[in-house]
Amino acid sequence: MISAIMAATAGGALIGLAATWLLLSNGKIAGVSGIYGGLLAGWNQDTQWKVAFVIGLVVGGALLVNILPGAIAAPDGRSLLLVAAAGVFVGFGTRLGNGCTSGHGICGLSRYSLRSLVATLTFMLTGFATATLLGVLGG
Amino acid sequence: MRRMGSSFAAGILFAIGLGVSGMTDANKVISFLNLAGDWDPSLAFVMVGGIGVHMMFYRLVMRRPSPLFEASFSVPAQGEISPQLVSGAALFGIGWGMGGFCPGPGLVSSVSLSSPAVVFVVFMSLGMMLHQVVARKPASTTRSA
Repeated sequence: MISAIMAATAGGALIGLAATWLLLSNGKIAGVSGIYGGLLAGWNQDTQWKVAFVIGLVVGGALLVNILPGAIAAPDGRSLLLVAAAGVFVGFGTRLGNGCTSGHGICGLSRYSLRSLVATLTFMLTGFATATLLGVLGG
Repeated sequence: MRRMGSSFAAGILFAIGLGVSGMTDANKVISFLNLAGDWDPSLAFVMVGGIGVHMMFYRLVMRRPSPLFEASFSVPAQGEISPQLVSGAALFGIGWGMGGFCPGPGLVSSVSLSSPAVVFVVFMSLGMMLHQVVARKPASTTRSA
């Protein structure tokens, strides 16, 4: 448990550094749903840096597969139908709510945004409720 | 070119951070969110590390008149607590608890080509496009502060 907490804290710090670097270099907020969703919305002046960021995420994923085997794992006991529905909820919800765990949870709270605090408390609450309910139901 | 290169580097570091933290392990995420099972609270510390670092550096960076490679900062203005914000966040949390993926870890995990990660990213993209159709938003929503 202690090592998991240290890993989570260190990984979180790296995420915070990545967000800091994107802000310092490009003046942008590292919110993944806004970056990726913005790309799906059409071509504009932000497309280039957003594409570069998403390619960076994928290249980082490829590095992880090699340097930290086991870091990427798919959910056990979740049917593909459930995962597909989860995707629709996450995609629609993050765009409607203007952010996700990174944009609201890390970046927004770091700049004392009240909107991000409300959003983070809300998605944590429904996230805990949903996973707990599915756990109880054996889903 | 410098803008794209620095954004690319930020994406790589972000993905490595997600992997180190445990956020790309969907089972770990689910055991964090499932309070009725064998609860693993360690992922709460991702926010501790992330906010701890970014809160400190955010203030330092924003003392600059501009970013390194752009004319100005694009930070969202403080808006109101809208029904869209709350309902969107609520839907997002439901999906997060269902699949164990949020957007960043979903995209990073898709390189493993595991069926759940790929299905998640495809349907997350559809959900985002569905919102685009329903809301008929203009493509750019960032405002300069």
